[in-house]
Amino acid sequence: MSLYRDVAIVLRTHKFGEADRVVVLLTRQRGKVRAVAKGVRRTGSKFGSRLEPGSHVQVQLHEGRGELDLVTQAETIEPHHRTRQDLQRLARAAALLEAVEQFAQDREPTPRVFDMLAGGLRTIEERDPAMITAAFYLKLLAREGVAPQLDGCIDCGGTGTPLSWAVEAGGVRCGGCGGGRAVSDAALSVARAVLNGGLNAVLDLPEDATTHEVEALAVSALEAHVERRMRALRVASAG
Amino acid sequence: MATAYAAAVQELIDCLGRLPGVGPKSAQRIAYHLLKVDATEANRLARAITEVKDKVGFCTACFNIAEGELCMVCADTRRDAHVLCVVEEPRDVVAIERTREFKGRYHVLQGAIDHLQGVGPDQLRVRELVRRVGTDEVTEVILCTNPNLEGEATALYLSRLLGDVPGLTVSRIASGLPVGGDLEYADELTLGRALEGRRVVESENKEH
Repeated sequence: MSLYRDVAIVLRTHKFGEADRVVVLLTRQRGKVRAVAKGVRRTGSKFGSRLEPGSHVQVQLHEGRGELDLVTQAETIEPHHRTRQDLQRLARAAALLEAVEQFAQDREPTPRVFDMLAGGLRTIEERDPAMITAAFYLKLLAREGVAPQLDGCIDCGGTGTPLSWAVEAGGVRCGGCGGGRAVSDAALSVARAVLNGGLNAVLDLPEDATTHEVEALAVSALEAHVERRMRALRVASAG
Repeated sequence: MATAYAAAVQELIDCLGRLPGVGPKSAQRIAYHLLKVDATEANRLARAITEVKDKVGFCTACFNIAEGELCMVCADTRRDAHVLCVVEEPRDVVAIERTREFKGRYHVLQGAIDHLQGVGPDQLRVRELVRRVGTDEVTEVILCTNPNLEGEATALYLSRLLGDVPGLTVSRIASGLPVGGDLEYADELTLGRALEGRRVVESENKEH
């Protein structure tokens, strides 16, 4: 039972009791933490808009005996004004938060993932590149050590064309082995660039058929790994 | 597992325990209370519950809670049919009605766009809203969704959707400082919005 301070990004919130909310935080030092924000739904709450999904905040938390900590103070570090005013940005930010929530473990520090998420949200706020979600998903898989193998056939190592995308196997298959989904060379080379240090160039790509293809590829790879459908992007395509 | 209660009592406790804000201990307390009070009182409660489930549904025009075809607001011919206030839930209608400032009609979306929960416009009463705006004599739509992330996303979506309808004014409720609070506790976003939406003070001494 003690107070601690940390920087955190709000991954998700849900209503709790009369006027409270449970906020799921990714803290930099302590990993995923669930905490109660008392009275946050009241219009006069001292927290105001600081504890909404995507908020990057400095928090003071009270560690309770149970599973839930208590938020006692919150201060904004990076306000994402533009993200809040733009549906496209909101959807992409939600896609990042959703994925990180699947990966982060309760009270297991992952400062690198935290920094990646903070950077991703900042990039969305500043320039909202078409490839941000796909690049983030691929990088996240790579950080977990489960990046899709894109250079050679997952079964025989060969590079015989046409390469196809075998999501359940975790990579591409060559023409000889076969048995995956058709994928263009352009999409594969963009995905390879993300994993091999070409991130900045990829983020400058304008939205087109190739970026959509890479996004679908990255989403399917992530979904196969977490064994769950990603919701945020589905809403985005419906809107 | 064997329980200490008769089956009927256990069933009552289980049902009560499913209500929001009622834990197992409270459920037990309420159940004992119901066992103690006389039959008329208990039957009155039972009747009230069945009656509300039988009679009350959603208004066919605005999707507010209604006893019958139309809700009280839609049935009231004195209300201004030119202005529509779009809210998330029926309880928001009650909140706005309490102000006694609004004389128009409502449209209840029955939710808000929430990317993280997978709730999109298709799951809301958006299509119905568009139809109302297209056919009725509506000239103004006030987007009165909650000033949180989900409500803002919904308002953004609707403003894009309705923005091009000719002859229609779309507005968003203002956000600012709560009356009776201290400035120093306001968060950056609220304070920023309050500054952005400031108003010129009408001086009484000014000559007109």
